Amino acid sequence: MSRQSSVRTDAKKVSTELFTLTYGALVAQLVKDYESPEEVNKQLNKMGYNIGVRLIEDFLARSNVGRCHDFRETADVIAKLGFKMFLGITPVVANWSAGSDEFSLILENNPLADFVELSQGHEGLLYSNILCGVLRGALEMVQMEVDVWFVQDALRGDETTEIRVKFIKKLEDALPAGED
Amino acid sequence: MADVDSTFDFLHMEIVGYFHREKQGRFSEADAMQKLEKMGFNVGQRLVERFTKDSPRFKDELDIMKYVCKDFWTAVFKRQVDNLRTNHQGVYVLQDNKFRVLTQMSEGKQYTEVAPKFLAFPCGMIRGGLANLGITCTVSADVLPMPACRFQIVIQRT
Repeated sequence: MSRQSSVRTDAKKVSTELFTLTYGALVAQLVKDYESPEEVNKQLNKMGYNIGVRLIEDFLARSNVGRCHDFRETADVIAKLGFKMFLGITPVVANWSAGSDEFSLILENNPLADFVELSQGHEGLLYSNILCGVLRGALEMVQMEVDVWFVQDALRGDETTEIRVKFIKKLEDALPAGED
Repeated sequence: MADVDSTFDFLHMEIVGYFHREKQGRFSEADAMQKLEKMGFNVGQRLVERFTKDSPRFKDELDIMKYVCKDFWTAVFKRQVDNLRTNHQGVYVLQDNKFRVLTQMSEGKQYTEVAPKFLAFPCGMIRGGLANLGITCTVSADVLPMPACRFQIVIQRT
């Protein structure tokens, strides 16, 4: 077969591109659907949350990690296993707060933003905001309430992309209905 | 690069969910399907452009179809099309017995009615891919017993 040479063997790269382009199409659609960038950011966060609550099961089933004993361990698992598994990157964990309840994930390259340029008029848009929702949703399912937000975004001209994660509280196991 | 393929699956599920949730106020059901299809079109178009940038020119229409059934399908849906049929007049029927987006739903009849929601995006992807290879067409899909699925491609001649 003469075309054999053109077959892309790099399946992982193809998967990432499929994901990146699909995400791009989604953001483009949301920008059309909603007037303000804040509203788009909110929608992306919400969609991310919905993904996160489902994705955590996939993650736990595949990774065999047990319960984390402290927030530092959680940060490690997120960066080295979670991001690696689903996005193929390993962000750097940095900027711990004094009380160890807040850290930053520094993304050197962000696969979501691979082929993206923000045009004028979209300065308020947090392009990769879905990630915040995913982290929040996934951690909620393992009894951690967190706040996640973008501090810096390379797409908006910042030096790096930085996601801040703040631990709020441990969620108690809900009592079974009718047993209080 | 990512270790698993579920990243796209999760995103796709949520996108479909988003459009069909929003339809309550914003879009009608047909509108939701159309928007999904259009998004798929954009994605398919760009993917094919990236896949074929170094490949030799295709001989003819059938050659393009074979490419779609083998290489494109393998790259995007992780397997080849099981059956390709054509009437040689511009209608092609592609059958996939284990279609990627349907494999996460239970087999049997339980979800046959909602399954088409998840096919609008892939239909668009196929149409977009073909459009970028110079073929204008319409693509529709119907669900066979899950998770099998059949795509009909009708090429528009001018």
